[in-house]
Amino acid sequence: MELTVLNNDPGAPKGGCSASACGSTDNQMSHLPEAIREKVHNHPCYSEQAHHYFARMHVAVAPACNIQCHYCNRKYDCANESRPGVVSELLSPEQAVKKTLAVAANIPQMSVLGIAGPGDPLANPGRTFATFRALSEQAPDIKLCVSTNGLALPGCVEELVKYNIDHVTITINCVDPAVGAKIYPWIFWKNRRIKGKKGARILIEQQQKGLEMLVARGVLVKVNSVMIPGVNDQHLQEVSRIVKGKGAFLHNVMPLISEAEHGTFYGVMGQRGPSPKELAALQDACAGDMNMMRHCRQCRADAVGLLGEDRGAEFTLDKVEAMEIDYAAAMAKRAVIHAAIREELETQQAAPAPQAPVVDATVRPVLMAIATRGDGVINQHFGHAQAFLVYEASPAGVRFIGHRKLDARYCEGGDTCGDGETVLSRIVKALADCEAVLCARIGFEPWEQLEAAGIQPNGEHAMEPIEEAVAAVYREMVEAGRLDAPVDAAWIA
Amino acid sequence: MALRIIESCVNCHACEALCPSQAIIEAHPHFLIDARKCTECEGDYPVQQCAAICPIEGAILDATGLAMNPPGSLTGISPERMAAAMAEMRAR
Repeated sequence: MELTVLNNDPGAPKGGCSASACGSTDNQMSHLPEAIREKVHNHPCYSEQAHHYFARMHVAVAPACNIQCHYCNRKYDCANESRPGVVSELLSPEQAVKKTLAVAANIPQMSVLGIAGPGDPLANPGRTFATFRALSEQAPDIKLCVSTNGLALPGCVEELVKYNIDHVTITINCVDPAVGAKIYPWIFWKNRRIKGKKGARILIEQQQKGLEMLVARGVLVKVNSVMIPGVNDQHLQEVSRIVKGKGAFLHNVMPLISEAEHGTFYGVMGQRGPSPKELAALQDACAGDMNMMRHCRQCRADAVGLLGEDRGAEFTLDKVEAMEIDYAAAMAKRAVIHAAIREELETQQAAPAPQAPVVDATVRPVLMAIATRGDGVINQHFGHAQAFLVYEASPAGVRFIGHRKLDARYCEGGDTCGDGETVLSRIVKALADCEAVLCARIGFEPWEQLEAAGIQPNGEHAMEPIEEAVAAVYREMVEAGRLDAPVDAAWIA
Repeated sequence: MALRIIESCVNCHACEALCPSQAIIEAHPHFLIDARKCTECEGDYPVQQCAAICPIEGAILDATGLAMNPPGSLTGISPERMAAAMAEMRAR
């Protein structure tokens, strides 16, 4: 896989997701109607294939919010942190437009501009729509999208359609007010703060109404849901069914982030997030009903770049102010680069799918963690990995399951917000459900600890394509009889 | 009679557009209420709008200096629980 145009471009982004296929085994978009595929082919958040090539940015123009969620704390803003609702500097619509043009000129792969907060974009209609209006005039080649809690959505649909916003994400965590009351302590509605079930009921009604209105106008709707174990985990399959029935085209179930340090209700009260295994199981359960998204990185409301990377620091207000942008020239360059990416994507789609490992159909599946710097191959030293990609190998084939970010990344010193665990023991814990780690190289100490935890380190497939290596290791495990015993006993001998 | 915004305000702008008297000023380090303009929404709304949308407990005070949204009233985290969580984090 070689993209000559991008690689020759000094501004080409580095990093981002390094999986060669971050979705299910069959093409995630293949069953969608042509009109929808045309809309999402270059949208990194909507198309798993596109997210390797196209970049997105969020502009933080929307500070106000009209609801409270138990996973959000409006007091918190840490530059080292990456999660929704967090930003470093609030922008005026004028500043946001300037920043967008600067990013689009410097990162020509940037195809999408989203407004996602840090509050709710539609609770700041003046600022949000001023930004969209100016961009639809000045940068017609950029797709515009918005992410909302849905409370103010029905009243904004007409205006959204006016600025050619054809992608909207609604966060829908429940369709039952009793569940909602455990997630949303209050909403602000018709000049009053409304608490509990009553507030949740209004929010749910508005979300569903907004979804229906958008679908009726041909706007693509993605639904985000936060999986909160014990609160809505059992309920989200019903949510998935209902939103699909109403015409949402993609469902993105994300894990709750609830570090106590963030000071959120769930963080302080000790509500845990789901384990990677629980998340994957729910995503699989919902997938029976609709198109699921697994490549979401839960990015900040001011993120810039490919999913999985953030180049926001290159585009701070003072840096953007100093840039001279010739947008007409940038737009011509962008068109050439986008066409080249499109051609590459079409070639990929035409290529045959990788072969499934030839093993007995009754053999159980296995999860493996991969250390990679990108290009779809195993090319990273275990000790340098800040995240691992997790793949599942089964008789049906090899598929990407998700990524595991290491906590160590944003709390590096460990003495301010860590809990005294070593980085290595955190990695072992994060990969607990994996049975092998495939990396370019690995030191003796981590080797021993991983092996002791039942995770087999493997450096024999360095520089090989990920899917092929995973399939090969799976076959080796089958042939060695390692998958005959139940999971827990497999490594004792 | 006027409400007051104090330093725990996070500048989220939510209150500004709601004020029927345009009494809220975007200022640094935090938003302020012009006491000469604030009517406490008397005659416009049954509840004070800034306090009804403010997400931060204790950030808006009434004319007597009491928090319009006292600790625990918005987050559902009791002050005792919050203090315990903070102490635990400091200890780490």
